[in-house]
Amino acid sequence: MENEQNKTQSDSQGRPAASKAALLRQIFLSMLVISGFTFGGGFVIVSLMKKKFVDELHWIDEPEMLDLVALAQSSPGSIAVNAAILVGWRVCGTAGMAVAVLGTIIPPLVILSVISLIYEAFASNRYVALFLKGMQAGVAAVIIDVVAGLGSKVLREKSPLHIGMMAAAFIAVFFFKVNVIHVILAALALGVALAFIRKKENFVS
Amino acid sequence: MIYWQLFISFLQVGLFSIGGGYASLPIIQSRIVEQHGWLDMAEFTDLITIAEMTPGPIALNAATFVGTRIGGLPGALAATFGCIFPALILVSLLAFVYYRYKKLTVVQSVLGSLRPVVVALIASAGLGIMLSVAFGGRAYAPENLDIAGVVLFVLALAALRKLKTNPILTMAACGAVYAAVHLIVP
Repeated sequence: MENEQNKTQSDSQGRPAASKAALLRQIFLSMLVISGFTFGGGFVIVSLMKKKFVDELHWIDEPEMLDLVALAQSSPGSIAVNAAILVGWRVCGTAGMAVAVLGTIIPPLVILSVISLIYEAFASNRYVALFLKGMQAGVAAVIIDVVAGLGSKVLREKSPLHIGMMAAAFIAVFFFKVNVIHVILAALALGVALAFIRKKENFVS
Repeated sequence: MIYWQLFISFLQVGLFSIGGGYASLPIIQSRIVEQHGWLDMAEFTDLITIAEMTPGPIALNAATFVGTRIGGLPGALAATFGCIFPALILVSLLAFVYYRYKKLTVVQSVLGSLRPVVVALIASAGLGIMLSVAFGGRAYAPENLDIAGVVLFVLALAALRKLKTNPILTMAACGAVYAAVHLIVP
């Protein structure tokens, strides 16, 4: 709880005030570590990026991070690279974008080059399999931890509309396997419609 | 020439896989397996297995895997760069538009309704992984429950929420403990 208060205090900060070289180095190393450990889909890396750049470094505030995730998810290409582009650009402009992307692509490039040579031994190794399986439990815990933080914020806003949309989107994707892109497009359309309805109401009153 | 072909093929993969992850598989199959024959179906299946067992996005893993086989390290670089090229252009454009117009009422309204939906999407991904840990992809029945996995998940979640442990160290610790438990109690 006290951690969340710290968060809101530093929310209003703009771009972080550190020397550019130090910033770039930190972006690069953060993305290198995060990408090197991102087993599973794009939402795993997005959860880790949220923990690093929002909770730990306070470079980006939470609503903005969610916006960036929505942008990363709806653009072509992998979510990890898209999110790296957005976060790097936000923190340190074009140079930030370049180092964030480099940090993101180096781990898969190195690891896959090595593994494509020793694939048979790697895939059939019992210890590797057990380690990866156990790691999945940690991955799930990280995502649920991030969701608990984000979800409780939405609930505390007490906006029935937003809570309803969160529930509907979850049910659609989790139970009915609706394509994520369609869910985002629906939310987008609803947002535009709401803006026009509110505008009309303002004219009437 | 082969580098150019790798670049263009993976540029198509990067451009047409919207939504990340498995969305890229059908395009990889059409460009890499069917059009160029750079992988056969068995190798393509291997690729999916490797992509699941290693960190990093599937499309980038595929780029390195195919690029290395066809053209060594330069091939891997050409394919990887092709893969991220469309995103570099389109996403920076989007970022520009977002920061320029995010104060507009319409954009505010759209973003306001997107945020709770994004939370739901992340929740759905997390719960999916949690269920796959708990039941190992088998039917959701008590006898398929992986107790060690569930206990680890609960402990990791408690550590993250209460002790604010480092997420990456927490994940690695889960892997190590799980492997150790299964070696001691086979």
